[in-house]
Amino acid sequence: MPYFGSEEMVKELKRALSNPNVQADRLRYKNYITKVIRYMTQGLDVSALFMDMVKASATVDIAQKKLVYLYMCTYASDKPDLALLAINTLRKDCADPNPMVRGLALRNMCNFRMPGMTEYIEQPIVAGLRDKASYVRRVAVLGCAKMHSLQPNTDIDGTIVNELYALLRDPDPVVVVNCLRALEEILKDEGGVVINKPIAHHLLNRMKDLDSWAQSEVLTFLLRYRPRSDDELFDILSLLDSFLQSAHAHVAVATLRLFLQLASAHPAVQADALLCTSAPLLATCGAASRELRFAGLCHVQQVMRSQPGLFGTHYKRFFCGYSEPTYIKFRKMEILVELVNDENVALVLEELRSYCTDVSPELAQAAIAAIGRIAQTYSEKCLDILTGLLALKQDHITSAVIQMFRDLVWFCPQSTAAVCQTVEACVDSPQDSEGKQALLWLLGEHGDQISSAPYVMEGYIDGLKTELSSAVKMELLTASVKMFLCRPAETQDMLGRLLHYCIEEESDVCVRDRALLCYRLLQRGVEETRKVVTGPKSDPSMSVLTGRQEEPISQWASTFNTLGPLSGCDLCPQTAVISAADQPSSSAEKELLPESTDVTLSSPDDTEEEISLSLGPPLSHETFEKMWLDLEILQRQTMGFPRPRTALDTLQAALQLVKIQTLAFTPGATVPWKAYIYTRSTGTLILAELLQGDQHAPGIDESLVVSVKQQPVNQHAIRGFVSILKGVLGDVW
Amino acid sequence: MISQIFILSSKGDHLIYKDFRGEESKDSINVFYEMVTALSGDQPPVVMSHKGLHFIHARQGGLYWVASTKTNPSPFTIIEFLNRLAALTKDYCGSLSEKSVRMNFALIYELLDEMVDFGYIQTTSTDILKNFIQTEAVSSKPFSLFDLSNVGLFGAETQQSKVAPSVAASRPIMSSRGEQYNSKNHGVLMKADIHGEIKIKCFLPSCSEMRIGLNEELSIGKSQLKGYSSAVRVDECRFHQAVKLDEFDTFRILKVCPSQGEQTVMQYQLCDELPCAPPFQLFPSVEKDYVNRVLIFLKLRCDLPPKSTALNVSITVPVPKGSTSMSQELSSPDQTAELQPKNKALLWEIPRFPGGAQLSALFKVDVPGLSSASLLEVGPVSMSFELPKQTCTGLQIRFLRLSPTQTGLSQRWVRYVTHSDSYTIRI
Repeated sequence: MPYFGSEEMVKELKRALSNPNVQADRLRYKNYITKVIRYMTQGLDVSALFMDMVKASATVDIAQKKLVYLYMCTYASDKPDLALLAINTLRKDCADPNPMVRGLALRNMCNFRMPGMTEYIEQPIVAGLRDKASYVRRVAVLGCAKMHSLQPNTDIDGTIVNELYALLRDPDPVVVVNCLRALEEILKDEGGVVINKPIAHHLLNRMKDLDSWAQSEVLTFLLRYRPRSDDELFDILSLLDSFLQSAHAHVAVATLRLFLQLASAHPAVQADALLCTSAPLLATCGAASRELRFAGLCHVQQVMRSQPGLFGTHYKRFFCGYSEPTYIKFRKMEILVELVNDENVALVLEELRSYCTDVSPELAQAAIAAIGRIAQTYSEKCLDILTGLLALKQDHITSAVIQMFRDLVWFCPQSTAAVCQTVEACVDSPQDSEGKQALLWLLGEHGDQISSAPYVMEGYIDGLKTELSSAVKMELLTASVKMFLCRPAETQDMLGRLLHYCIEEESDVCVRDRALLCYRLLQRGVEETRKVVTGPKSDPSMSVLTGRQEEPISQWASTFNTLGPLSGCDLCPQTAVISAADQPSSSAEKELLPESTDVTLSSPDDTEEEISLSLGPPLSHETFEKMWLDLEILQRQTMGFPRPRTALDTLQAALQLVKIQTLAFTPGATVPWKAYIYTRSTGTLILAELLQGDQHAPGIDESLVVSVKQQPVNQHAIRGFVSILKGVLGDVW
Repeated sequence: MISQIFILSSKGDHLIYKDFRGEESKDSINVFYEMVTALSGDQPPVVMSHKGLHFIHARQGGLYWVASTKTNPSPFTIIEFLNRLAALTKDYCGSLSEKSVRMNFALIYELLDEMVDFGYIQTTSTDILKNFIQTEAVSSKPFSLFDLSNVGLFGAETQQSKVAPSVAASRPIMSSRGEQYNSKNHGVLMKADIHGEIKIKCFLPSCSEMRIGLNEELSIGKSQLKGYSSAVRVDECRFHQAVKLDEFDTFRILKVCPSQGEQTVMQYQLCDELPCAPPFQLFPSVEKDYVNRVLIFLKLRCDLPPKSTALNVSITVPVPKGSTSMSQELSSPDQTAELQPKNKALLWEIPRFPGGAQLSALFKVDVPGLSSASLLEVGPVSMSFELPKQTCTGLQIRFLRLSPTQTGLSQRWVRYVTHSDSYTIRI
């Protein structure tokens, strides 16, 4: 972050460094050098001092040398001609009697990333490979890799490769591992270092000498070795057996991965290895470092995909501590849901029940969702808990519970009666749109069992004008039609009102279309409608829990102990629930509504940019507002023309056509005029504000200004979005 | 392999930045910081990716310790390495804070230079590293014998001679983190999980063998229980790889040649079957007083031996949503209690709590619109505390000997401490 006065600072430092008085005073000189490095770290450009720093490298003080080398490595690529001046000093140091100085000089010389460096470093590297000090050999071996990366397209130097293969027999363990690393990089195009039988066996025998980092790396290299016979295989496995219980988690896990791969033909051996490693894995799940804990939990989840019973008795280890961060609690709850069995279900449920009243609404909802998933196997116990939660009368809890009821009815039809009873007794209704949709679906689908259903629904129809979410309105339409089919007398009047409002006054095109569809269906006759509207009421075959298949180990073994499990499964229970919850409504409506498909538009002004927008699940006003306040404006652009003069619902419909959803806008004539819109595209959510100031006020540009925010950031999508928006607004205008 | 390593303050200031492979520009620091601050609490922050570059980070001492990589390495390796880097920094600088890292940045660069080359981990052992590290550590706080937490181990000679005049000392620390769950109906212990470790912090410049004697009656696992003695038992334990265990089976003696700095010699775990009662018993009663008021009466008993004391005990009781105000009756003036409407909880703090004592407190919480279901929201109660001179397992250090006997004086401190990790009591 450059700031004002940085040039002054550099000048002052330059003056000080070239001042002979300062140079004579070792301590003061070093202080100034330290200062230079400090500014460098902060991001200040101090490359102008290169000459003075080169001079400072000629010193006996190793600490000072190291600082200067750090500086030179950073700026060598910017100042190649000046860096050449430093090379002489470095080459001289490469012949120093002190191995530490030799190694230091060689390492840093190889770190200079500039063209033409190879000719200077080749000879010292070759000499370094035969150095008697292991410290220098370590540096020289990696130097070979660095040299190769400086000119990646040249031919591979056969002599160096041979020398590196020979150095695999070096007495120093770090040299051995560095050789593997260097060969891997140099021979990348040929498939990396070759692990044949002699090398593999040599490495296995050296395992005990290596430190833990080297051990886990060698274990990873050994993954590509295939033993010739079963005898050899079991020899290797018994040699590695003790590493499964290593005190270092990374060694234990790397060994497990190797076991799983080598013994892929011997499931019993794999199972034994998993059992052996379950102790170290569980230990990482309770580690003091929360990052390690998280990594452990993710890998436990992977193991449970094949062996769900392995951790069943250790369920208490996955109870959440109150000081743990939310993302760890989420993971633990997911695991708890998976490992539930007849013995532990009561205690697990009791524990989850206590999370439901947590301060954090997200956590509470996730806990309710977890109970909901367990309910698919142990419905009675869970229904009691969920019903008890309704008594708390808190919006977020009620909404989550109702959503769980809907899923439960869908997956386990046998619990329908109990759920209907509870819903009937439940006095307060959910406030957020997901909860409302769930309740409406339940009322519509099982209206015959809930005696108060029409009256609850009437409440929603009366409050239609204040309802903001179009998804709720659509659900209400479908539910009312279903209700009309089973209880026509009570529903007819309000269905009429509902259809009238939605067709005549509703501005949302989707809702209006749905209303028209319902209207025309009813015109065709009741039987016809029944055929279309009533789908299956439940689908037990979709139950995730009872029908869970144990995956073969090979399914996940290849990503075990990589970043995959940590970043790949970022489905927190929340999203898992929503995706499951979407199921019933969408399948019930499949016949009614064509699935919203993505629209692909190529923007007019550049040909290579193609971006597809989609609507996705609707955003509530609160979410939008929260995100709008949290995010930064990524792009602000004037459209070049004032806002369209057409009626606002035309504008809204036009935007809807290209899959841009309008959330809110100020009424037609107000000044300044604003509209908030959003859309989704390739995994990102784009929020935008259209703003027009007073057109008649002097000095104010009268054209429309659009500000775009996005999460996560994807510039490509923004450009596409803006050009599509421009196109639409231009057309409408 | 690691592409870059950087350390950021919690505000995103660049404290340390080292690029090992020249694959990525320095902008990735800002990319990382933007990503990590944009996350909400429930999104896992440990691994994040941006255009093929993966960021793995650990938080230690309020700082971000970040490694970036373009390959797909073992997350355990990288996380443990970052933790090790933080531990080493703490060994050298005395404490982990933005200030100490800022003051010792030259030293940390030097450490990184020796620990990682071209993105590959070379060594993290203090024995090897101390030969190469030339920069002297700068302590961020003035030295005090009473507060040894910030004493750097290596480097500044002045400090070292002050810590241990003439020679040096070793100081094992034993700590355990307890986790317990009680349920009210019968006061039954639901779950207890103790993680303990024996740590050695060694200032001895030269390495000589140290013998650590543990309780002779220590048994490991369930099978080894012998006799009727009140055995000290742990479920499982793991040792540092340098520990020699040839006398462990018969005499329970660990032999180790400690290197300078802090090391974990032994880690152990004990689940469920505690040898002693949990340190605190809570007798709560929650009642609806009259309209809109909840009475919470808590009686808390400390079951430690009479000579011990628990420090910094704090009790958090969740209260119904919408609680507006609270009146309290506490038994002594040094205790405090406050209502935190934001967390919908009340916090009761007791600075010192002697063993065998019993304290009680009465809270009257006003909740407009109280219903009987709201009482369900009270609980579970969570506690945090520190128990000095106490181990939950009863594991003790019988003796600590250096052999062959060091010429001159060596000083030893043995400290026991128990920290609560998650101590929750259901109501």
